[in-house]
Amino acid sequence: MDQSEFLFQILLPLLMEGFAVTIKLIVLTAPFGLILGILVAVGRVYGSKPISLLCKGAVGFIKGTPLLLMLFILYFGLPSVGITLSAFVASLVGFIMCNGAYNSEYIRGAISSVKEDQMIAAQALGMTRMQAVRHIILPQALIRSIPGLSNEFIYLIKYSSLAYMLTVIELTGAGKMVATKYFEFTEVFMIVGMGYLLLVTITTIAVMLIERKVAVPGMTQSGRNMLDIL
Amino acid sequence: MKNNETILRVENIHKSFGDLEVLKGVSFDVKRGETICFIGPSGTGKSTLLRCINLLTQPDQGSVWLGDAEVTNSGKSINHFRQRIGMVFQNFFLFDHLTAVRNVEVALIKVRGMKPKEAREKALDELRQVGMEEWAEHYPAELSGGQAQRVSIARALAMNPDVILFDEPTSALDPELTREVLEVMKKLALAGMTMLVVTHEMGFACSVANRIMFMEHGEIKEQGSPEELMNDTKFERCRNFIGQFDQINGD
Repeated sequence: MDQSEFLFQILLPLLMEGFAVTIKLIVLTAPFGLILGILVAVGRVYGSKPISLLCKGAVGFIKGTPLLLMLFILYFGLPSVGITLSAFVASLVGFIMCNGAYNSEYIRGAISSVKEDQMIAAQALGMTRMQAVRHIILPQALIRSIPGLSNEFIYLIKYSSLAYMLTVIELTGAGKMVATKYFEFTEVFMIVGMGYLLLVTITTIAVMLIERKVAVPGMTQSGRNMLDIL
Repeated sequence: MKNNETILRVENIHKSFGDLEVLKGVSFDVKRGETICFIGPSGTGKSTLLRCINLLTQPDQGSVWLGDAEVTNSGKSINHFRQRIGMVFQNFFLFDHLTAVRNVEVALIKVRGMKPKEAREKALDELRQVGMEEWAEHYPAELSGGQAQRVSIARALAMNPDVILFDEPTSALDPELTREVLEVMKKLALAGMTMLVVTHEMGFACSVANRIMFMEHGEIKEQGSPEELMNDTKFERCRNFIGQFDQINGD
């Protein structure tokens, strides 16, 4: 069997299957992770004391324990209390919790960077606190948290490989299987690595485009300069 | 709409911050269409008084009435009162992430539930009122202070408030920008808008106000029409306060 036959007929088809699973994990995690992050951040900053403490505690717990441990609990531990999740769903739940917890920290930081006067002006117009948060504070905070959130998204791309530890055959897992079967470790894992690199590169470019699109003069560095207009 | 109707009544407002008693029982009535200027030294509670009217600051004691309804102790319906009591701030407080026109329309859409198209028309109308229509698509950071303040006046006007509170609207502006804002305010006053203005612009106070309230140490010390305050001997303290400005100005 020559190299190109191995590459195109065995390795790439298998890796593509894994790649599809990896993308599925990421695409399903990211939106829920973002929503969770927003809810937790708002809960921490604007929630009542118990809610704020709950959010703080949950984030502290997730930040303080290895994600792999969390995945083991979700997949191997929960059946003992009667909750059985498939490996894929358990991974998804773990990733969303992890992604949400870290996202909430970036968003919380961005919320506290929004000046208090924005809330006062919104309330003076008759907005409730929650309306002000939703329509005035959060849009500004989210624009400012794009760099942090995109960083977290990139982490997600890479730690999605932990799903392999729960028997989900995603990109890394697929690579591992081919590599052990054919004893082609270096070549296989380099190609696997290029798969991740590709995803991260696409993300980085996409984030640049998004940042440019949502840039607001005076709020972000990349905003139009006052001089351009005059 | 009766002309002499009392639109706003403030009764015996007290407010302390810690040990510092900022307002020591302030009461006054405002008739529809009146412009009242609050003048006096810094730190005498003028801005706090305005914020107590729409409960951005909660007064310790006393009540505020808008028409026949009590604003203080209104619980959740404070937001309805705040829609009817516009406010313009010293540092404009425009929403940084929204263009001028969206600053004006956002509360119409999100609070009033107006359709976006209708709200846009109304917002552009209000911007036209303050001469800022051409700048509708610009962000706050792209506006001069005077322009930003005019947008914030348009934002308050868009809610069709019964009364607008101006909290030192020109104190952050240079004289030229101050003039463009004062001109807008003067136009509003002449058009019959009810306005409470905390200001250090004595010229504006004297020429536009129906009544001037001179505040000191948390109380309204002297009040009257501009003519009374300038000419009547019993208003000595206020005249001295205004006189200081004249001496510096040299006239």
